[in-house]
Amino acid sequence: MNIVVCVKYVPDAQAERGFEESDLTTDRVGVDGRLSELDEYPVEEALKIVEAGEGQVTVLTMGPEGAADAVKKALQMGAHAGVHVCDEAIAGSDAVATSLVLARAIQKLGEAGPVDLVLTGMASTDGVMSVVPAMLAERLGLPQVTYASELTVDAAARSVQARRDGDAETLLVTAQLPALVSVTDQINEPRYPSFKGIMAAKKKPVSTWTLADLGVDPAQVGLAASWTTVEQVSARPPREQGQVVKDEGDGGLKLAEFLTAGKFV
Amino acid sequence: MAEVLVLVDHVDGAVRKTTTELLTLARRVGEPSAVLVGADASAAHDTLARFGAAKVYVVSSADVVDHLVAPTAEVLAQLVERTSPAAVLLPSNGESKEIAARLAIKTGSGLITDAVEVADDLTTTQSVFAGGYTVRARVTAGTPIITVKPNSVTPVEAPAAAEVVPFEPVLSQAALGARVTERRPRAKTGRPELTEAAIVVSGGRGTGGDFAAVEAFADALGAAVGASRAAVDAGWYPHANQVGQTGKTVSPQLYVASGISGAIQHRAGMQTSKTIVAVNKDEEAPIFELVDFGVVGDLFTVLPQATEAIEKSRG
Repeated sequence: MNIVVCVKYVPDAQAERGFEESDLTTDRVGVDGRLSELDEYPVEEALKIVEAGEGQVTVLTMGPEGAADAVKKALQMGAHAGVHVCDEAIAGSDAVATSLVLARAIQKLGEAGPVDLVLTGMASTDGVMSVVPAMLAERLGLPQVTYASELTVDAAARSVQARRDGDAETLLVTAQLPALVSVTDQINEPRYPSFKGIMAAKKKPVSTWTLADLGVDPAQVGLAASWTTVEQVSARPPREQGQVVKDEGDGGLKLAEFLTAGKFV
Repeated sequence: MAEVLVLVDHVDGAVRKTTTELLTLARRVGEPSAVLVGADASAAHDTLARFGAAKVYVVSSADVVDHLVAPTAEVLAQLVERTSPAAVLLPSNGESKEIAARLAIKTGSGLITDAVEVADDLTTTQSVFAGGYTVRARVTAGTPIITVKPNSVTPVEAPAAAEVVPFEPVLSQAALGARVTERRPRAKTGRPELTEAAIVVSGGRGTGGDFAAVEAFADALGAAVGASRAAVDAGWYPHANQVGQTGKTVSPQLYVASGISGAIQHRAGMQTSKTIVAVNKDEEAPIFELVDFGVVGDLFTVLPQATEAIEKSRG
């Protein structure tokens, strides 16, 4: 089983996040970054699948130099190899461009040996659009099995079955391999890297590819290639702190009064 | 006037409120055409007509219904080809955003997700980084594809013909790769749907697993019940009710956080609520930075007292 896990390096959500003044893109340099918390779940799921059978887990990311940290964390968890697509022209890429670069990188990985399964998280913790997995499936022509909260891989039958919790109903979805699967934070408990894992990660192969290596025209990516444009970004004025009362036996009554005054009752 | 395609969100043909909101927005831009997938027109027709759909494209092909996301994206791509619409509007739920994503790639069109406002010139407004920033954006290539969050606009009726146009898509083999083998409807609670509700009352770690006071208060207000990730991870409440980054994003008129500290992951899911109220024992809880009204106290005494007062005022 040859598994590719796509991961993203994101600004830490606990830190103060913001935008570049010059081009209104997310500030990815001036803040601490990390492997997106939601991408630890597909890494864990991939490791579980190969541990239960056999196979190789390759972790793939694109982004600035610091994004290598996201690959490193996944390697420490137990992934076997890493690929970092790093190219100045990528800066400011939107989901459309991101999916193009990742799709080409997966195709290039496939030249060395067929990719059976592409795993991703359910969303990034910065953009939170949740559209790259669907775009990847579209570009790669793979069955799209997304928002899996439970996943069974049958290597012999070369099929996957997933539980997807939709808004109004729960679906069971099945597809043949190769397939693309995105997983939610309900699917597993990601492991922490062990000391042994941290040491072993240092010897694992990480390839750094440029757009030229992938045959992607720089004009197709980056901010200028985007099919959308941001006209204005404004910091939301901080909410004016309202009234906070201490409950002295009448807190509930005061709450009811506030709600009645606001016509919520 | 150009058509504006609106993907209908429905449960067994019962049109959800988000669709009436999308039709209201679509009328600013052009003539709304509803796209109804997986239901016959009879149940949906009245609502779609009432909120201004000039046409209803009805897609009843079983292949579309029995496969995830990809076939519906092909349906919309073929309708875009046929009608050259001014825009395609979809609800901002997980499945529709994925449909929008594939449609954007297929048609070479720009995609904007999670808009909270769409102007008549198709400029959109989004709220990002847990509500910390407001972004104004527009699509510059192809047909603008925009997903809109629930409660972004008040639905306004504007009766139209809602002419039924059956549409038979031509589906590729690649679109039929992920087959739905079973559907399990969610158990009905009798409360409003979380993302559509005008009022949401949520419980967190502070409930200690006992949601009775939270539910009683919610019922007194006719509200939906939400839960923080801590409460869901502890197994106290279903994941379907989780509010926050990895759960639902809600933007109701009133949000009541009880026993919830207000971590960034939770705030990401509720910060754009119009009025925010919190009840928490810990006066240092970050949730109090957001509130219009807060009570520092025990939710097990404060909520029942408020519930009783509200019920009494109703007589």
